[in-house]
Amino acid sequence: MSWYYIEGILILSGINLVAVLGLSLLTGFTGLFSFGHAGFMAIGAYAAAFATMKLGMNFYVALLFGGLMAGIIGYVLGKLTLNLKGDYFIIATLGFGEAMRLILDNIQYFGGARGWPGIANYTNLTNVVIINVIGIIILVNIINSKHGRNMKAIREEEMASNIIGIDVFKYKLKSLMISAVYAGISGGLLAHYIGFLQPKMFQLIKSTELTIIVIFGGLGSVTGSVVGAIVLTALPEVLRNVKEWRLVLYGATVVFIMITRPQGLMGGKEFRVIHIIKRIVSKLKAPLNKEVS
Amino acid sequence: MTTFLQQLINGISIGSVYALMAVGYSLVYSIMNFSNFAHGGVIMIGAYLGFFALAIWQLPFPIAFFIAAVGSGILAIVLERIAYNPLRKRNAPFLYFIISAMGASIFLENIVIATIGPNFKTYPQVFQKTPYEIGALAIGRLDVVMFIISAVSLLILLIIIEKTKVGMAIKATAYNFKASSLMGVNTDYIIFIVFGLGGALAGIAGILFGMKYTVYPQIGVITIKAFIAAVFGGLGSLSGAVIGAISLGIIETMTAGYISSQLRDLIAFALLIFILVVRPMGIMGKMNEDKA
Repeated sequence: MSWYYIEGILILSGINLVAVLGLSLLTGFTGLFSFGHAGFMAIGAYAAAFATMKLGMNFYVALLFGGLMAGIIGYVLGKLTLNLKGDYFIIATLGFGEAMRLILDNIQYFGGARGWPGIANYTNLTNVVIINVIGIIILVNIINSKHGRNMKAIREEEMASNIIGIDVFKYKLKSLMISAVYAGISGGLLAHYIGFLQPKMFQLIKSTELTIIVIFGGLGSVTGSVVGAIVLTALPEVLRNVKEWRLVLYGATVVFIMITRPQGLMGGKEFRVIHIIKRIVSKLKAPLNKEVS
Repeated sequence: MTTFLQQLINGISIGSVYALMAVGYSLVYSIMNFSNFAHGGVIMIGAYLGFFALAIWQLPFPIAFFIAAVGSGILAIVLERIAYNPLRKRNAPFLYFIISAMGASIFLENIVIATIGPNFKTYPQVFQKTPYEIGALAIGRLDVVMFIISAVSLLILLIIIEKTKVGMAIKATAYNFKASSLMGVNTDYIIFIVFGLGGALAGIAGILFGMKYTVYPQIGVITIKAFIAAVFGGLGSLSGAVIGAISLGIIETMTAGYISSQLRDLIAFALLIFILVVRPMGIMGKMNEDKA
């Protein structure tokens, strides 16, 4: 395996991870499911590509522009649909994602369904890693702030959080907007990595993939999302030589995880080096304590 | 005027097949309270079973139809046993059901790609192409067959639900799962029946769709239309699902006929979001605090 190939997988994992981080806030920490985040990625991708190719903007400004556009659309979508509960919200996001793709199919300015070739390749491993690190730092800070605590309260018990004075709608909206911004930035990175955009890239299956990564990593765990994004992006590549069967295995694995270990890889816990050291120390101490008593 | 009537008839015909899918989906929703995203996979398998029966094994249409319906029904039941039953036993949140369903749907789609291949398959011609002509209208034979089969299937379902003891138990379980189980309804059995019925309807929809268009592994995507129809009519309401499906069929063919066929799906999704915003419980749906 050449480094070029491994680098490619790492970049793709990193791009997925940006979107997964946002979705992790929405799904893992606020308890809302979305099957429309590919739509936000599409908005970010087309907006960023538009900014760099047509307006001649700086790549990083263009990424933020893409994220911002996705965030604005997220705000509008949230305003309209966040009053819906459970399946209704999921179906609304599903409808949004598919509608976004169909709209892009019909915009001839961006090449329509045929696609938009020749986008400059600005994305590389260095800036993907840096953006991910910044993304994780911001996300962890949000989660540990007052806002994040309110979101977690909503996830645990919506009615109770409403009663103690948390504006449920507002925090759901915030969560959706932030996750949309992350997805938009991820889309912008994708556009400038592949160099080609086509609405087909942002089908329902893409949204599903993102959600599956979040679940696989464990709801409510940032490190779980990181591991999930890398493992699940690399897995189909590792299974490349079994060709068509890899997605069969993928589907079966998802069902298997759901029925055996639904809490995911990390199960809401974070992976911290300090915790592991503490655990090892306490295990070493345990026999000593016994002797003393 | 003729074009309008023509489009209306086409719309009703396609809408009746949507109704088959939407009712199966809504039936499961009414009992289990989650969106069975694997419904599309069952429809796809139904379409392939029909294709194999008609094209490869050269069976007459009624037998092929029977194979598609029963095979899909069994598949839906097996799916429930493997992917949902363990979750149900553990009282898992509905989100896990949805992810499990998504996984099952990816599995079904790709196992067909891996074994049969990703190519489009065309059904042999079962019904003659020459349309019935009434005045200036030309009604395709297949459209008439589709409508009649759908209507009869839905009628049978209606009789099962309204006139039999099992049907009463289904209604009771849909109304309140826990209470009906306390009243001695065997809810496991009801879920078994509901998945069987929903799967059979999906299989029928699959073979009809295959005859009208072609068969391919991604045909299950069409269930998104069934979700829209079911939401349009009110999730969990069977009459709502039928009304929603027929309306959706008519709206789609009208859009395709008068505006642009490219905008057809877009209008369907716009309608979905509009309905969810304006009247989330749908046309016939009951207002339920938990749902809307």
